[in-house]
Amino acid sequence: MTTDERMSMAAALNRALADALEADDRVLVFGEDVGPLGGVFRVTDGLAARFGERRVFDTPLAESGIVGTAIGMAMNGLRPVVEMQFDAFAYPAFEQITSHLAKLRNRTRGRVELPVVIRIPYGGGIGGVEHHCDSSEVYYTHTPGLRVVSPGTPEDAYGLLRAAIDSPDPVVFLEPKRRYWAKDAVSLAPADSLDRAVIRRPGRDVTLIAYGPMVATALETAEAATDEGWDVEVVDLRSLSPFDDATVAGSVRRTGRAVVVHEASGFCGYGAEVAARITERCFHHLHAPVLRVTGFDIPYPPPKLEEHHLPGVDRILDAIARLQWDDEVVPARPAGEVQHA
Amino acid sequence: MTTARQRSLLPSDTPLTLLGTDGEPTTAEELPADEVLLELHRRMVVGRRFDTQATALTKQGRLAVYPSSRGQEACQVGAVLALEEQDWLFPTYRDSVALVSRGVDPVETLTLLQGGWHLGYDPYEHRVGPQCTPLATNTLHAVGMARAAQLKGEDSVALVLLGDGATSEGDTHEALNFAGVWQAPVVFLVQNNGYAISVPMSKQNAAPSLAHKGIGYGVASELIDGNDPAAVHTTVREAVAAARAGAGPTLIEALTYRVEAHTNADDANRYRDADEVAAWLGKDPVDRLERHLTSRGLLDDARRAAVAEEAEAFAASVRNRVNVDVEPDPAELFTHVYAEPTAALREQAGLLAEEIAGAKS
Ligand SMILES: Cc1ncc(C[n+]2csc(CCOP(=O)(O)OP(=O)(O)O)c2C)c(N)n1
Repeated sequence: MTTDERMSMAAALNRALADALEADDRVLVFGEDVGPLGGVFRVTDGLAARFGERRVFDTPLAESGIVGTAIGMAMNGLRPVVEMQFDAFAYPAFEQITSHLAKLRNRTRGRVELPVVIRIPYGGGIGGVEHHCDSSEVYYTHTPGLRVVSPGTPEDAYGLLRAAIDSPDPVVFLEPKRRYWAKDAVSLAPADSLDRAVIRRPGRDVTLIAYGPMVATALETAEAATDEGWDVEVVDLRSLSPFDDATVAGSVRRTGRAVVVHEASGFCGYGAEVAARITERCFHHLHAPVLRVTGFDIPYPPPKLEEHHLPGVDRILDAIARLQWDDEVVPARPAGEVQHA
Repeated sequence: MTTARQRSLLPSDTPLTLLGTDGEPTTAEELPADEVLLELHRRMVVGRRFDTQATALTKQGRLAVYPSSRGQEACQVGAVLALEEQDWLFPTYRDSVALVSRGVDPVETLTLLQGGWHLGYDPYEHRVGPQCTPLATNTLHAVGMARAAQLKGEDSVALVLLGDGATSEGDTHEALNFAGVWQAPVVFLVQNNGYAISVPMSKQNAAPSLAHKGIGYGVASELIDGNDPAAVHTTVREAVAAARAGAGPTLIEALTYRVEAHTNADDANRYRDADEVAAWLGKDPVDRLERHLTSRGLLDDARRAAVAEEAEAFAASVRNRVNVDVEPDPAELFTHVYAEPTAALREQAGLLAEEIAGAKS
């Protein structure tokens, strides 16, 4: 069933949910406002009408309750796909996610399997007010037992969500909300693996590593970089945990230079992990330190200032420029803007 | 006669008691059948012996810690005996006697405390959720389990055990609310043993009772004497039957007392006095049922001796089996993190294996 259609990421996610509900009647979709309203981003639009209240339903407004009951349902053979309305509103469920969802397989020596997917619209760039724009990925990636996935394209949104729902492991599925409306061609097939990064754009000179909301920005940067004569390779991680070392290290060994980009604050951020892994595996292939381009180490700013916080093409180009192309000494930059690994 | 179910959502002011401390019936309400009372007695005696054995094993260093439920046997046994095979039990760390009563291998109930692994038993074998350490989180698991049963058209009910302290946690409130909205087949049994470690009820709750917390969620609530096995059993059985029949959830507050300290590591003398403990010892659930059964001629010396002998044999078997060094396999550390170990975990497993081999050679 691989028809290529152009659709937005939100539409692709909606289609993935519909196809999963159709394919397996153990699948349930629930959360806040996901029923008749179709979710605040309309990702669940039409599902309640099509599949009925038994399969797609609104819950009381309580995130811990949503995840905690999903755990009990999964213990009883169902496959809940729950929505947390916004990134920062998932925090009340944090204990259920980290202490129970992530650990029950381990605590029970494999006897309890929890195929639960937690969909979280995350990240900034939509002019949202406070608590609506957090990049909370490392809270989850730091927790063994969880898979953490973030699609960067509509096609991956479809394929990875289908694969996440099929996964026997719990998956935190981070939807880059600012890309919900971007359209692209989508072939409607589940991803064959939840564990693999992909090379979105091949290049010789430098590897840009991005995921979720930053994939499009990285691709834009790669285009712009050709003006400077740099041939930029873009790796889209897709799976933040587990991490695909093979694809990333393979790329960096070829290019010898790497820049990691993410929206979240840099300090103890996901880029630190990526930079460390690259250094451990590719040190002798590197012509320059691995650089991170990240959001500043500040609480997410108000809408009128978010453009200053979020990494954009210029800031990434600037980092690429500083990759010691001619072995000249590069001047230090203010912390938070571009940081040396 | 109105059933407990037909009474309003509002719990009664005085806890329901069917058997007085002297063992005499206190109301005209029917007691459980004779064979049920005898079974409650047998299981409480065995449970208590198991509990003292487990406490003794902490002194020998065989268990890292043990939270005793001595004095709470009526709750643990009375409730479990009200469940059918298809029902689920969601216990806390203090409910080992309930687990044993449900048929879980006693040594497997102690695995968590023994340090060999986080859980010893298969939750699906007896339909018993993993013993839960973070407070109140199991309430939501029980509601989810019950809701799934409802959606799947199964007739199973989930019984969740929690303590008085756990009622202050947000999850308890979310669970009661979800259960009320969904009319889920779930029964909440709060064993109010007076203290959350050292914190007394007066600092935990301002409502007239913990059972009153059900009203706000539209959950029928009962206040009962938790040291009366007949009252516990009857009330839980009725609540389970109501849930099974589609009448929704029930919150039961059972007033009981933790005779021992919070765990073997706790010093209860710092927060309660001996008079209080002595007063509660006079309400002992096992003594109470024994008095009743004896006065009715249902329990004679021969049966009493037979039950004591069974309890002794049970404890001896636990003792012998726990007195064996547990050597968990370190390789298993990596086995159950994901359905399949990731590349990174396989690498780390290899590293640990090398380290162990190196240390041995
Ligand atoms: C979320 C959480 N906070 C704190 C603790 C530490 N703790 C363990 S037992 C306990 C008291 C629990 O009291 P209660 O719910 O009345 O149960 P009881 O131990 O009396 O059976 C506390 C505070 C915990 N286990 N979980």
